[in-house]
Order: sequence, then C-alpha cells, then structure tokens
Amino acid sequence: MDLFPLWNSLRVAAISTVIVFFAGIFAAYYIARLPRLVKGVLDVVLTLPLVLPPTVIGYLLLRLLGPKRILGAWLLRHFDVKVVMTWWSAIFATAVVIFPLMYRTARGAFESFDETLAYSGQTLGLPNSWIFWRVRMPCCRQGILAGTVLAFARALGEYGATSMIAGYTPGKTATISTTVYQLWQTSNDALAMKWVMVNLSISAVVLLTVNMLERRDFLVSGGKRRGTA
Amino acid sequence: MSLLVEIEKQLGNFHLNVRFQAETETLALLGASGCGKSMTLKCIAGIMTPDRGRIVLNGRVLFDSEAGIDLPPQQRRVGYLFQNYALFPTMTVEKNILCGIRSGSKAEKNAALTATLHRFRLEGLEKRYPAQLSGGQQQRVALARILCSQPEVILLDEPFSALDSYLKWDLELKLSDFLENFSGPILWVSHDRGEVFRNCKRVCILDQGASQGTFTLRQLFHEPETEAAARLSGCKNIVEAVPAGSAVTLPAWGLTLNCGKPVPADVRQAGIRARHVMTVPEGTPDAFYCTVERVIQDVFTTIVLLRPKGAASGAPLLRMELERDDWRRLNRPEGLWIAVQPRDILLLK
Repeated sequence: MDLFPLWNSLRVAAISTVIVFFAGIFAAYYIARLPRLVKGVLDVVLTLPLVLPPTVIGYLLLRLLGPKRILGAWLLRHFDVKVVMTWWSAIFATAVVIFPLMYRTARGAFESFDETLAYSGQTLGLPNSWIFWRVRMPCCRQGILAGTVLAFARALGEYGATSMIAGYTPGKTATISTTVYQLWQTSNDALAMKWVMVNLSISAVVLLTVNMLERRDFLVSGGKRRGTA
Repeated sequence: MSLLVEIEKQLGNFHLNVRFQAETETLALLGASGCGKSMTLKCIAGIMTPDRGRIVLNGRVLFDSEAGIDLPPQQRRVGYLFQNYALFPTMTVEKNILCGIRSGSKAEKNAALTATLHRFRLEGLEKRYPAQLSGGQQQRVALARILCSQPEVILLDEPFSALDSYLKWDLELKLSDFLENFSGPILWVSHDRGEVFRNCKRVCILDQGASQGTFTLRQLFHEPETEAAARLSGCKNIVEAVPAGSAVTLPAWGLTLNCGKPVPADVRQAGIRARHVMTVPEGTPDAFYCTVERVIQDVFTTIVLLRPKGAASGAPLLRMELERDDWRRLNRPEGLWIAVQPRDILLLK
C-alpha cells in the first residue's frame, strides 16, 4: 500500500490549518471592532464557504487561479508558477473551506472574553500584544483549540474543492479522500476499505484528543477544582 | 499630589459631565447605579475617551481634548481596582502579581514579589489560581498587583460589591490598612453612604451623569444642597417646597414648617430625615397631626408611614423611624402629633 496519500493529506491539512489558525484569529479579533455594517457584510462573506458546496468553492477558485484566469495567468507570466494541479494547490482549497470553522469559533471565544481583563492589563502598563497572547488567548484557548482541531479534522476530509483544483495524480496530488474515490471508481474495494479505515482512525484520534485536551484544560485553569488546600 | 478631572462625554442619550479635583485624600464618588461613576473612572484610566475636557494627574496631562493629548492607559499610572477584580484567570497569584511589577531584574522582581506576598498576607497562596481564592483574597491579590505597578492615583470601583455583606466590614478595615501607605489621591466609587462615611472625608456627588460639586461629609449629611445629595445621604422624605419668609410651605402635605432662619428664594424642595420626625404631645407649637398608615418592623427600628392631615391625595407618605421600644410605648396609636425641629429641615435647590 503506497502511503503517499496519507502523507499528502496530513501535510495539506497541517499547512492549511496553520494558515487558517492565524488568519481566522486575526479576522475574528479585528472584525469584532469594525462598524456594524462592515462587520455584517464581512461576516457573511467569511462564513459563506461553510454553507457553499465545496464544488462551488473549487469552481470559484479555478476561475481565479486557473492558468488562463486573472490571478493564475499573472502568476504564470511573472513568476512562472502554475498554481493548480500541484500538491500545494489543495492548500488553497482546504484553507478556504476550513476558514469559517476557525473564524466562527475564535469569534465566539473572543466574544465571551471579559474585556475588563484586557483593561486591567493596560492600566498595569502591559503592552497590548502581551495582553493578547498571554491573557486573551489563554482565556479563550478552549474555544480556539476546539476551532483549530475541528478545522484540521475538516481539512483532512476535504474532497470537493481539492479534487477540482489539485486533481488526482497518484504520487503527486492524491489525498486520502481522492484516493478512496478513485479506488471505488476502479472497483478496488479492498484497498478503498483500507483507506477508509485509515481516515476513520485519524479522525477518531483527533476528536479524542480534543476531549482529552479539554479535560486537562479544565484542571489547569482550576475552574472547578476542589479540595486543594 | 492631585488629580484634576473636567470631562464631558455623550453616549447615546446619556450625557456625562464631571468636574472635581482630588488631593492626597480618599475622595468618594457617590451616586446611584447608572449615574456614570464607572464611566468616569474608565475615562480617567484611558479605557474610554471623553469628548471634551482635561484630566491632569500631578501636573502631568493625561488627556486634553484641545491640545489633542490622550495618553494610552499604559502610560497613565492609574491603578484601577475593578468591581470583579479582573485577575487573570489562567495565571497563579504569583504570576498575577508579577504582572504588576514593571521593572527590575529577575532577582529584584522576585524580591518585590516576596515582600508583596508578605505585606498582603498572601503567603501560601502563591500557586493558587484566582478561581481557588475567596472574594476577599482575590481583592487582596488585585490590590497587591495594582500597588506593585506604582500608580499615582488609585481608583476603587465599588470595591465590595462582589462580596457578601457579612464579609464587608472586616475587609473594609483591611482595605484601609493596605491603602494607608499610599501617598496619592484615591477615588472610591460607591453607592453606599455608610461605606463612604466610614472611609472618606470628602464626597463628589454624581447625579444622572452630572457632578454636583464636592462636599465634606459634614456638609453632605447636615446640609446637602441638592435632592440627589440629600437622597444619597439617606434622606427619605423629600417633597416640593415653596419659600415663605423664614418658613417653607409644603403643598403636598398642606403644611408650613418653621425653619428658624430666612429661607433662600431658590429653594425648591425640602427634606426631612426619617429619624428627625418626632412625636410630641398634642398642642405643641408647630406640631401637626398625622394618621398612621403603615408600620414596618426593621432590624433594630420601627418604620412608620404617616399621612399628614392636610395631605393632598397621591402625596407621598411621611416616613418616621424610631426605636422599637419607643414605638411599643406608643401603644398602636391611630394618629400622632408630629413636629420637626427647624434645624432638621433640609433646604434643597
């Protein structure tokens, strides 16, 4: 069994999760501070990928990044890079699809943050960036962690947009999900089932990790810990 | 050491207009809830920006709308004790306090930490998280953290509102002990006149966003000038009044009360404290008859609601408060002859 699809899926999911982690937090933090109208519009635009079929996202990305389309042609002409049908093309697709998961959970976490904690940090003379990374983020870590893991799990399972923009080339762009489809198409049931089991176990492990992390988090913050005199 | 505040801010329908000056003293900001006390503190700390005005701390301009000065909170050196203490929940007591220590090498910081833990009697709690502390302990940590940051003014926002009342008394004593060595203005925001009376010498009254001047406690409790000041000082009976020479006419109760001195023409209301409503024998000069409408037993006193004989319909009842024994001696009367000493009538503008 060639393990390339596993490796490729993991690296695409990991890289897009890292990108979306920062982009989602950044967007969640700054959009909350914008005027209501702008906020409303941006909120809709950034959440759309959550409800759009991945094929629609793939189509829109192809319209933008295809070798004959605006951005794709420009990149090809100036940098001589073709941004579709490579293994890392899948990162664009995956990042767009998982972005709303990170953005919405981070926003929810930030909204429940007690702003007086930031104020008290400021009056104590602590720099704003310090307050962000050492006070706000740790307080919101449960939500942000959940968002990150969810985004990663979803990235592993991305199929529609990825297959359109990266295609299926064995040993080059194949991911677990596209491999399963391909194997099913070619009636290679036994191997397809193997990959299905691989995918199932990874997803189960990821979700189990979230649960464990949450429980540990609970103890560290001392929220409901009792009897420690 | 002094803090000068002259600020205005419009927020929706609410207009904040506050002016006062505090020296090295504990100045109370007294007002009903929602009158802009916390907003004033936030403007001083730099968390909120006033529309107009000036804030000057020890000669340092923190905010000046005309000169375009608006220092960030980090540079203001304002110690702010928030209502919920705002301790960082993911950090231990030790780390929380270290957040307040701004400068020094690691060794110096640790020395300062040890001294602070000792001074605030927090030894043994260093490794605990805020959620594992009692309300009083949390307050001590918050105060320790603030004092470590060497502020030039301290703002206390309803310091006991988050605590059970039976704890308050003890903590109040402790708080004033901890603040004793602080040489700078302390603003104590409160809606509790008892707390203010025990801890402050001067009071700035806030009513619906507007400051009504700064008074000494004596002035506030013996000669409050405005309705808001009278209410905040605990005066329960306040009615419309019309000056009449050295007396006031109270149309709601159909009464004219002798004030013993000329009444200024701008007096609009009169206040009578419930404790100053006296029962007197029939026929006493200036006494008036009231029917007893309701009797309420309070913890140590009896509160009697009286309707003066000439009261208009819908007029508020006159509230009298007396010792339980004194009330028992009166033997459930249907009506009483009442008098108020001229000096006990508060003339309000």
